[in-house]
Amino acid sequence: MHTLHFMIMIPFLFAIFVPVLYKYFAPRVHTGWFVLLVPITIFLYLLRFMPRISQGEDLLRSVPWMPSFGINYSLYMDGLGLIFGLLITGIGALVILYSIYYMSKHREALHNFYVYMLLFMGAMLGVVFSDNLLLLYVFWELTSISSFLLIAYWYQRERSRYGAQKSMLITIFGGLAMLAGFIMLSMITGTYSIREIIANTGDITSHSLFLPAMMLILLGAFTKSAQFPFSIWLPGAMEAPTPISAYLHSATMVKAGIYLVARFTPVFGGEAEWFWLVSGVGLATLLYGSLNAVKQTDLKALLAYSTISQLGLIMSLFGLGSAALYFTGGNESSVYAVAVLAAVFHLINHSTFKGALFMVVGIIDHETGTRDIRKLGGLMQIMPVSFTLAVIGAFAMAGLPPFNGFLSKEMFFTAMLNASRMSIFSMDTYGILFPLLAWAASVFTFIYCMVLVFKTFRGKYKPERLDKKPHEAPLGMLIPPIVLAALVIGIFFFPNTLSEYLLQPAAHAVLPGLPEGLFAKKISAWHGVNPELLMTIGVVVAGYFLYRFLRKWVGLLWRYPQSLTLNNLYALGLEKGEEGSRFLTERYMTGYTRDYLAYAFGIFILFGGGALLVSNRLSIHSANNSSISLFEGAIAVALLAAAFTVLFAKSRMTAVIALGGLGYLVSVLFVIFRAPDLALTQLVIETVTTALFLLCYYHLPKIFKGSGRIPFKPINFVISLGVGVTVTLFALSANGNRLFEPISSYYKNSYELAGARNIVNAILVDFRGMDTMLEIAVLTIAALGVFTLIKLEMDRGGKNEETK
Amino acid sequence: METLISVLIGILFTIGTYLILSKNLLRIILGSSIISHAVNLLILTMGGLKTGGPPLLGMGGTTFTDPLPQALILTAIVINFGITAFFLVLSYRAYKVLGTDDTKQMRGNENE
Repeated sequence: MHTLHFMIMIPFLFAIFVPVLYKYFAPRVHTGWFVLLVPITIFLYLLRFMPRISQGEDLLRSVPWMPSFGINYSLYMDGLGLIFGLLITGIGALVILYSIYYMSKHREALHNFYVYMLLFMGAMLGVVFSDNLLLLYVFWELTSISSFLLIAYWYQRERSRYGAQKSMLITIFGGLAMLAGFIMLSMITGTYSIREIIANTGDITSHSLFLPAMMLILLGAFTKSAQFPFSIWLPGAMEAPTPISAYLHSATMVKAGIYLVARFTPVFGGEAEWFWLVSGVGLATLLYGSLNAVKQTDLKALLAYSTISQLGLIMSLFGLGSAALYFTGGNESSVYAVAVLAAVFHLINHSTFKGALFMVVGIIDHETGTRDIRKLGGLMQIMPVSFTLAVIGAFAMAGLPPFNGFLSKEMFFTAMLNASRMSIFSMDTYGILFPLLAWAASVFTFIYCMVLVFKTFRGKYKPERLDKKPHEAPLGMLIPPIVLAALVIGIFFFPNTLSEYLLQPAAHAVLPGLPEGLFAKKISAWHGVNPELLMTIGVVVAGYFLYRFLRKWVGLLWRYPQSLTLNNLYALGLEKGEEGSRFLTERYMTGYTRDYLAYAFGIFILFGGGALLVSNRLSIHSANNSSISLFEGAIAVALLAAAFTVLFAKSRMTAVIALGGLGYLVSVLFVIFRAPDLALTQLVIETVTTALFLLCYYHLPKIFKGSGRIPFKPINFVISLGVGVTVTLFALSANGNRLFEPISSYYKNSYELAGARNIVNAILVDFRGMDTMLEIAVLTIAALGVFTLIKLEMDRGGKNEETK
Repeated sequence: METLISVLIGILFTIGTYLILSKNLLRIILGSSIISHAVNLLILTMGGLKTGGPPLLGMGGTTFTDPLPQALILTAIVINFGITAFFLVLSYRAYKVLGTDDTKQMRGNENE
């Protein structure tokens, strides 16, 4: 057991104590202060690994969990895992600090909040450090569940519940698909360990399950990371408290899908399908998110769509980077490997500036009482610190210097331009689309960043539209975004330190087997006048003019028919699905016993008779038949006559008596077939049954009401004829296919073994006495049931029945 | 004989099923009784018919019919009796409480 194993368990263990702490200290001490210790501890612990990981070392520790199934609590730490671990705990600590000031300790159910939060943190750490596929899946679903709980934190609100349900349905759908993909992957390789799978990539690509496994795993990644068209849950998740939105829905959980793609790039990368799916979906998401963000009027919705768009950007970069594995080394590899470096870089940058932006929006919401852009304006003088933070965050997102977004955006353009020059994967025809789409999306990104800053903080101050009198936030609330903003600027000036310690080991983890020093490229803020810089200038110019005339054209975006949006399709699908299944269920669940019996008999005919036909065992042998005498024939005819009398009887008396006759005739058959005990029992039982029939219906009015004779129903007739024919065919085939001698010769020893001359009785009470005992039990229970039914008249339950 | 009995069983099954598919409670019980007769006969037939004397030792015979199916049927007859009795009383109670013996009217409330 390594310390890392404990570190991942700490949030879960601490979550147990949170309610206790809350009970004893609330509302004197905000529960968040205790919780704050957890991420700080883990963050410092992980920080210690940084020098070792940057040297190219890694760490693999395993503790058996279910070893017989190959499921172990095995953890693996390399550059990629470390980056995510630091993001989760670092931003986690800041978010908890922020939430201490954001969540009121008097009004809110803080114990719930922090328990869910710690569950999420532990699950997320588990996801990024798991080496075992199924362990990864367990933690993955835990993030879905804790996210569901957090979105619906204010469960009194209907929109929270709706958003939580939507995100649950979509991410769990993806999670299950991913599980199927994982199982396929382990079927191909015979192991659940990601390390071992990566080590055996050679024979994976030719396997027939390779493509399904890839698609299913990608489905999981795309749903979690809100890629197109599964992005619809993310804006709905904005109903969560803002610290949660900042933490889960911008910095950590939505990057789980990206982590998954990065982690499995060594397995699936270098294939055209992976390349096109990942980068294509990423680009589509980038454009979709940025276009939708422009038209939002709610600040959190705007940030949600911008998160979608930025996740698409990172995804597309990972897709491009996977092309490096196609070349396996050399100069061409290094060209595409830069894309992976850019992806990891932007991943960190996005977490910093998006976290800061969410916190700023939370501050605005907290201090003014609204997030609606149309009500806000002119807050610059009132909230100068928030304004500065918003400018830093938004300009970083737009890709302007001197913020870290500029560097990763430049690297993004470089990667896209390289992609357009690619000659593999039929990129020579479509490659030119990549930089064009990326540029267009960047223009829209620039526009919504400007909207975010200037519509909120500039313009006319409208105090009459605000619920509260706005003022600057308390210092504690400002510290976390200030730390993040400082990182945004710090990374711009010292990108190479970050690169050396974190980015390069991570890129190596994504593209293993490529030569050392491939990623040792310096990231520089100024790299001369090149196409990337021109593209950025173009973005700024085009974005500026489009922003100036925003009012003129943004209406066009709203023209897009509301009925065709993905949200609408989702809601419609859900509604139609419910309607459809209700319709279907109401069709066949009629509540009428006859229909269910018809299904049962139909299935019997279909499968029973069908099996007989398919197996070709239908045969009629009469060779070992015994002879028929005239008397026996006559009895058979009489039996039929009795049966038909029961069927066609007009009065119930006739039917009951005919049934009795039928029973007596059967007992005569038993006599003929040398079964004296059966004949005796049958006679007695038949008499008693008939008496019971008559007794029962003596008290009742005439029971065959109305028509008298049983009506003829063709469907019923066909079904019953089918049942009869199937049974007959089975009987005949079984009779004609006697495979081995019966074991009954053994029972001839009944006198020696059991001291009985009557073999049947010996079987009943000696050889197979257990049957008899249970049969007695059946009779007893039936008798008790009859007694109860008759005796327990409607004292309590029955009255209700009548008054209904 | 086996072929004849097999066809007979088939016809009994047809009649029994047709009765069970009707909506009258009494007819359903009658149908299930007929089917249970048919099943008993089927078990006996599958054991082979009339291949020797009755399975009683000390009667002078040397070959016996198969005693095992007979034991099985004996159990089946008794269980069937128990169930029929219970079913009868149940239908009696149902009729008294609900005032109908039509399963179509026993569907319960529409909006349950």
